[in-house]
Amino acid sequence: MTPLEAASVLRERFGEAVSQPSEFREELTVRVERDAIVSVCRFLRDDPVASFDVLSDVSGVDYQDEEPRFEVVYHLYSYKNACWLRLKVRVPEDDCICPTVTSVWPGADWHEREAFDMYGIAFRGHPNLRRILMWDRYPYYPLRKEFPLAGKDAPLPDEDIDAQAKPSPMAGGPFVSAPGGPTTIEREPRGKGEN
Amino acid sequence: MWEAPLRADRFTPSMSGLRSAREGASDFQPSTDSMATEIQLPDSAARAAETPTAHDTLSEKLVLNMGPSHPSTHGVLRVVLELDGEIITGAQPEVGYLHRGDEKIAENMTYTQFIPYTDRLDYLAPLSNNVAYSLAVEKLLGIHDELPPRCQYIRVMCCELARISAHLVGLGAFAMDTGAMTVFLYAFNERETIYNLIEALTGARFTTSYTRIGGLSRDIPDGWLGEVRKFVDQLPRVIEEVEKLLNRNKIFIDRTQKVGILPREMAIAYGVTGPNLRGSGVEFDLRKNHPYLCYPELDFDIPVGTVGDCYDRWLVRIEEIRQSCRILQQCVQKMPEGPINYNDPKLLLPKKEKVLTKMEELIHQFILVTEGPPCPPGEVYFEAENPKGQLGFYIVSKGGGVPWRLKIRSPSFVNLSVLPEILKGHMIADVVAILGSIDFVMGECDR
Repeated sequence: MTPLEAASVLRERFGEAVSQPSEFREELTVRVERDAIVSVCRFLRDDPVASFDVLSDVSGVDYQDEEPRFEVVYHLYSYKNACWLRLKVRVPEDDCICPTVTSVWPGADWHEREAFDMYGIAFRGHPNLRRILMWDRYPYYPLRKEFPLAGKDAPLPDEDIDAQAKPSPMAGGPFVSAPGGPTTIEREPRGKGEN
Repeated sequence: MWEAPLRADRFTPSMSGLRSAREGASDFQPSTDSMATEIQLPDSAARAAETPTAHDTLSEKLVLNMGPSHPSTHGVLRVVLELDGEIITGAQPEVGYLHRGDEKIAENMTYTQFIPYTDRLDYLAPLSNNVAYSLAVEKLLGIHDELPPRCQYIRVMCCELARISAHLVGLGAFAMDTGAMTVFLYAFNERETIYNLIEALTGARFTTSYTRIGGLSRDIPDGWLGEVRKFVDQLPRVIEEVEKLLNRNKIFIDRTQKVGILPREMAIAYGVTGPNLRGSGVEFDLRKNHPYLCYPELDFDIPVGTVGDCYDRWLVRIEEIRQSCRILQQCVQKMPEGPINYNDPKLLLPKKEKVLTKMEELIHQFILVTEGPPCPPGEVYFEAENPKGQLGFYIVSKGGGVPWRLKIRSPSFVNLSVLPEILKGHMIADVVAILGSIDFVMGECDR
């Protein structure tokens, strides 16, 4: 079964919850409603013809100025048909929850934890929804577009060490520019230690 | 009367309580009035008063931290083990100690500027990361199967040299963890030759940044193919010697056979890829099933294991080194002449003498360096068969030279997620063997 056939079978079975597939560079993308994603995934895995038995990747994407803001993207692969399929679920910022697919593929566990860690997208039903790359009490979601590249000051996990810690020398980036200054001389980024 | 020594399990032993175990670690106050921090054993009455009477002390579990700084965890990996005596009943790997924010950085620089960051993903095989990333961006541009043949052959040679190099480290470190130090040094000795070859090719032993979007940074130097052929001709003898040392060695077999069995269904369900997947019996290799570059023209086999234990993964990696030697020999024989870059003046830097004398080339150079390669809006997902598994790049582009989102699907990240399942039931000494056989790289796992 080619990805196109799989997408049309999905459309027959799930109706409006699954969008028309779009294709780019010979890859098929299907948009799925948030509430239908688990049953769509389970169908794709268990159906003997579709048999997308591997979940390669779950990513979060932040489309900053669009509504709904976040997107969870699933990349599926089928050993039998040797083809890929991409599923996308839009998640709004104020209701930042998506159902987990760990019941379909246990490998989604760590990927969803990373999406939670980096974007703050919570996964309903996840067995162990903790941060994975950052420490547990880290207060921000780093891959959101408003989080600056140079990072934000955050208290370290251990209170005693944090009390003694000096600010990191490269915090704020190696070249700190002051946006909004009146002339380019003020706005020009200067190295650390330069006046 | 023998008293059970004070165990760390006085901070809740349940798996969900592992977090409180970490937080509760500060509850434990060793006595500070002697020079060595001597543990104060309370008297048995106090202890009995503390623990519930129905509790059998011998069945309490110990929570042991195999910390991020450990000689055998192959990088900064922390594994919190829950032990019942010597047997592991639960394991929670903690990653993120090498997280550097590569994906955030990628959103702020052009595709070409990101290439040095890909070196540092799987830092044992930087050339293969370069190739995988360049192919992903070229897929976005729509040219990944239209590269000139010479470029494709050179990239395949880079990938296979990187594969041999990474497998040598994996095998050497794995053998060293099980106690066989000699193999480690034999492997690194061969890696020195590979490093010399890579240095002649790219200018750097380690962080190569060799590929560019649409081609390569430089052509192969004269005599390089001859050097590769010499290396590849003598490598199988070294591998044979390694095999003679270990494959039938009783200690090695006892430490690796039936240890860390990864069942086939679990490997597929968790998305494990690479030699780990093939060791579990799944015959899948992107170079055969979804070939890219010039792999369809090359003749090689895919080793597949049967049981899925550490020994199988060891054998799979050794055989993959042999197959990579075969591929390299064919590439050296068949290396075509021709350009190494895709023919698009807007994609690759023009020749310097033209940049300094002609206006059009100057404009191309300027736009390419400041704005980046002109990519169309859209998204692609491309996976390449890296030594550690399938390295995937998911690129969301809104047009222009800077990606909107770059997700790195890291094989080591996914391979490590299976650790809690396969460590259960083994003894502490097996942890090291299993970690070595999974052969992950924290740089890739944490990005």
